[in-house]
Parts: sequence; C-alpha cells; structure tokens
Amino acid sequence: MAARALINVPPKAKRGEVIGIKSLISHEMETGFRPNATGQLIPRNIIKEFVCTYNGVEVFRAEFFPAVSANPFVSFTTLATESGTITMTWNGDNGFFATESVAITVE
Amino acid sequence: MPAWRIAAALAIVGVAFPAIAEIPAADRKSGYDFMSRESRAMQDDDTANAGMLWVLDGETLWNRHVGAEKSCAGCHGDARTSMKGVAARYPAFSPALGRPVNLEQRINICRTDRQQAKPFAYESKDLLALTAFVGRQSRGEPIAVPDDAHTRKFIDRGRDAFTRRQGQLNLSCAQCHDDNWSGRLAGNPVTQGQPTGYPIYRLEWQNLGSLQRRLRNCLTGVRTVVPALGAQELVELELFLMWRARGMPLETPGVRP
Repeated sequence: MAARALINVPPKAKRGEVIGIKSLISHEMETGFRPNATGQLIPRNIIKEFVCTYNGVEVFRAEFFPAVSANPFVSFTTLATESGTITMTWNGDNGFFATESVAITVE
Repeated sequence: MPAWRIAAALAIVGVAFPAIAEIPAADRKSGYDFMSRESRAMQDDDTANAGMLWVLDGETLWNRHVGAEKSCAGCHGDARTSMKGVAARYPAFSPALGRPVNLEQRINICRTDRQQAKPFAYESKDLLALTAFVGRQSRGEPIAVPDDAHTRKFIDRGRDAFTRRQGQLNLSCAQCHDDNWSGRLAGNPVTQGQPTGYPIYRLEWQNLGSLQRRLRNCLTGVRTVVPALGAQELVELELFLMWRARGMPLETPGVRP
C-alpha cells in the first residue's frame, strides 16, 4: 500500500499569526543495521529529507537519519503570511517520494 | 533497582498479603490515565495518532473486492453504522465453533468463509489495519462483552489464567494489575492492564499491535511458556480482560508508550 500521510494545518489563520503544523507519515524507517533471520543485514530504507513549502517558499526542511523512528512525526511552526497552499514532500531510499498539500486562508 | 529485584519484591508482597479483590468500577483506569501529557495529546489528535495510518489502510481494505469478488462493504455496508459498537463486544461466542473468537479471528472467518480469500497472518499489517478500522467505529462505546451461559465458562477460564501464578518469577497477572497497579516497575507505571485501546500504536514497538502481542510481552516478562498467537487460552484471557473492563469506553486506536 502506498505511503499514508496525515497532516494538520489550521484551515484559517490571522495574518502574522504563528501557526502550528503537524505531519505524520507511514514509513518503516529500516535502519540498515538490523540482521534478518539468516544473519544478513536488512538494507537501509529510510526517508532522507522532509521539506515544507508555503506558496512555493521553503519554510521548513529536515534531514532524517537511521535513528529517526518509524512513522516519523514532525511538528513545527511558521508565520501565516498569505492565503495559499502548504505543501509537504518526503524523499527517501529506493526512490521513495510522497507529497501532500493543504489550503490555508489568511485574513 | 534492577528489574529482577523489583519483581522479587512484588512476589514477596504477594506472599505477605492476600490477593485484593477485583478493582471497583469507580477506580478503573485506562492505560491512557497513566500516560504523559504528550502521549495523551498524541492519542487525542487524529492527525498525530499513528494508529490512524492503519485505520485509513483498513478503510481501503474494507472496500476492496477479494477472493469471490466480495468486499467487507458488500455485506456490511457503511462501517460507521454497521460496525459501531461491534469491537466493544469482542471476543464473542461463535455458535459454529463452540468457543469465543476475537475480532482478528472473526475477520479471518469472514475472509475465508464469505470472501473465500486467504486468511491474514496474525500481526500482519492488513489484519491489524482491518481490526483497527473496525475498532475505530466503536471509539467511545462502552465495553460490553456478553456475560451469559455461552461465555461464562470461558470468562472463568480467563480469570483462572489471570490469577494463576506462573513462570520462573511465579507471578500472576493479578499480583501486578489488581494488587499493585498504582506502583511502578522499573520506572514505568504498572497500570491495571485494561484492554481499552487495542489494537494500540505502541511507541516502543514503533508499530501497531494486538492485545495478544501485548499479553505475550507480559508472559515473556514472567518467564513462562508463551502461547502462540491466536491460541485459545489467549482468547479466553482477552475475553476475561474485556469483561473486567466492562463499561469503560473503547479508545481504539490507542497510543501507548
């Protein structure tokens, strides 16, 4: 099944207000350090990068490493500047790519 | 203090005092009540509760045609109405099998008999997803497993397992979860062992897991022989635990540390 992402952005905000953004994505975040039943290392399979853009402007970026838990949850804040779209993308090993967008109205 | 010394201390407490009776309804506490503010916030917010990832997958599976080209929705329709309260009544007695079955087993019975598809493996992502999806429809519903002529015998067997000392530590479930639930074990709350949020997203597991997985954890902890997933004795223990938690609201999918 494709990756599932859950994102939480307030649908409405006042101009200049600090808004909280939360994101959660399903991913096993296999570290690459664990052996399988036959002693072979399970290949690393992690999300490497998370980026959030607000109307095309990058407002948050995070690099992920093997120590990040499965199903990573990221919470951060930004300034509500104008109405538009908040887009989040996740990139990782084995060509993993996921993106989610949500609209925000700023008054 | 090392864990074995605490366990030994608990064992001594159990010897020194007779077992305390069942926890009164007013004192019953869900695992939720023992959690930190942060963990509670995670469970309360559907966009932070990782269990919801499985619920969404479960919704997809609910509508997927498999086997004899039948979907769950084909018979049961909209789960929001047809499955409301169902998970709060499981494990339930199956007249065909003459024994109680838990929700996972019930889903697999539907899968093999009605959909003519392969059953899901225990603890597989798909089975957990469907169970979480069905369970989610009962969130807030009071736990109400039937206590009748069919189930009584199995509830009693579950109680026997709960109160029986076992394993190398010679501990019963009741010694911790009835008598010492307000204490701590190796820094963690002991809790009452109320099965209110299953399947749960356990942060330690970084995964969703069933009540049986959790029970097997505890059984490993007291170093006893651990029954296989799906074993009848684990279903009876589940049934007893749900009966013991009667009236408490279901929280599925719960988040636990």
